[in-house]
Amino acid sequence: MIKLECVSKEYNHRGGPVTALDEASVEISQGDFVSIVGPSGSGKSTLLLLIGGMLSPSKGRVLFDGRSIYDLTQDERARLRKAKIGFVFQTFNLVPYLSAMENVQIPLFLAGMDESRQTDRAAALLKRVGLSDRLSHKPSELSVGQQQRVALARVLANDPEVVLADEPTGNLDPETGQHVLDFLCEINAEGKTVVMVTHDPRSAARARRTLRLSQGVLVSSVQRRAQYASQ
Amino acid sequence: MFQRKTQLATGLIAVLLGIAVVVSIKNVTFYSEKAVARELDALGTNILILPKSVSIQDYYSADMQNDEFPEEYVTLLAASDLQGLDNLSPKLSIPVELNGSAFTLTGILPKNEFSAKAMWAGAGIFSRPEGCGQIAGLPSEADPPAKETLVRRRVIETLGGDEALVGSDVAAMLGTRQDDKLAVMGKTFTVTAVLPQTGTVDDSRIFAHLHTVQDLSGKGPVVNAIEVVGCCNEISGGLAQKINRLLPDARVVTITQVVDTQIKTNQMMSRLSAVFLIIIVIVGGASIANYMYANVFERRREIGTLMALGAGSGMILKLFLLKATVIGLAGGIGGYVLGTALAVTLGPRFAHVPVLPMPILIAWALGISLVLALAASYLPARRAARLDPCETLQEL
Repeated sequence: MIKLECVSKEYNHRGGPVTALDEASVEISQGDFVSIVGPSGSGKSTLLLLIGGMLSPSKGRVLFDGRSIYDLTQDERARLRKAKIGFVFQTFNLVPYLSAMENVQIPLFLAGMDESRQTDRAAALLKRVGLSDRLSHKPSELSVGQQQRVALARVLANDPEVVLADEPTGNLDPETGQHVLDFLCEINAEGKTVVMVTHDPRSAARARRTLRLSQGVLVSSVQRRAQYASQ
Repeated sequence: MFQRKTQLATGLIAVLLGIAVVVSIKNVTFYSEKAVARELDALGTNILILPKSVSIQDYYSADMQNDEFPEEYVTLLAASDLQGLDNLSPKLSIPVELNGSAFTLTGILPKNEFSAKAMWAGAGIFSRPEGCGQIAGLPSEADPPAKETLVRRRVIETLGGDEALVGSDVAAMLGTRQDDKLAVMGKTFTVTAVLPQTGTVDDSRIFAHLHTVQDLSGKGPVVNAIEVVGCCNEISGGLAQKINRLLPDARVVTITQVVDTQIKTNQMMSRLSAVFLIIIVIVGGASIANYMYANVFERRREIGTLMALGAGSGMILKLFLLKATVIGLAGGIGGYVLGTALAVTLGPRFAHVPVLPMPILIAWALGISLVLALAASYLPARRAARLDPCETLQEL
């Protein structure tokens, strides 16, 4: 489903080149749950952005369902994200002046869904994450864990095939973090492909496969037999 | 929308005030121009030919002075090939005293005497082309006017040598009525009409045939002034200068000089309007652009999130331009309301004309305001649409 072929990414920093990712080749099949680990600055987030069509590589190709996504225009990549990819951010990135319901409606609005269907679907998704009594609350009126649950509801709004999560538990207490991981396992069990960047080995261990990055180089890939074991 | 409220308010107020001032000026100018048009229409004639030495203080009393020029000037004008001369009304005025009160006896030449002279008729007098500065109500053969129309149209169809028309003040003071006899300078006239009140010196005049007045004054074939109805286009094309070349010893005054102050006020208003328009564009545009740039900078994370969720650059552009449209609509409508209120309340006080709201100006206000807001916001909106989503989502 997702295939990186010898992908490199170089940045210019203070006049000198910095290699964020070096000749990475990886294949992620449909329905997989992959965690990406490594120290800060090892290229984890760069890899996630490359997969999400947000950052063009300096070298190599990123294929999504066999199509090289960086051969598409920026707007075509935006359409691809809208239809098939969902992002979960460490800081949730909820729009502060919109209610929980309206935040979940954003992808539905972008997809051109009519308003009554938007509200129905957004309400159902918020119910699924346990926030049916917080529909009209603004992010500032919600706890951190509740905000991340709104973000999870939002990611599912357009029923994406792939969910890309960047440190989804990084800002959460252990218990809430576990709930988020449980949720990611749940949607993976429903057939969605999940790619998660994390610092936490316990969180990484919830995935079927772990990719380890060091200084931009993919150093190992560990496949687990026992999946979704609650840690 | 309401982030950076102060900046938003500054931009909106700049546009709103600018639009308000321009709407207000345009509204007052429109009614002021109408007042000028009414005044011009009331005067009827629009060119005065006077002796060189005379300076004009009051249009209505321009002929009441001691200097004269030959009546032959009328013939010269009528026989000339000047285009745009539509009515000639020569006048000779002399002071008279009746029952101890001072009045003015004014000699005028009725229109039928022009028509009787083949040479003058051939010059095209009284046969102005359609639409050429046509002044409503100008006497014509098909529509012979009553004698009272002299007040407004400055021309009279027929007037016998022993007939007179008297102004309302004269009639009131002498107790004169229509068909009464009136003795002036030893000659007895039949009063064929009492003219309606005008509020001008014409109310103190007795109008009689020019040649009769010339005989009574003993001055011979001279006149004090010739009033002319000129074609508006020809006046703006230099008719006054052409008359001056034909009659170098005369002074030619156009009506625009008579209502010069009001016309100058209108011109000043138009210039002010243009200045304010420039100020709106500079200050309002800069304020809106500044607000929009700040807004794009502050919202870059939201923009990145929207892009990550699948929003294309067109959608981001549209969102910011929609915001600009809201600002433009608010500025336009608010500016129209405020400007109209200012014009209606202050117009009569400063421009001395009644001012009514002009709904057409709302289209103008909205047009300017929307174009300004959209133009000022376009570059910031384009910057937002071209943001690199990775840079906006810094934690990734």
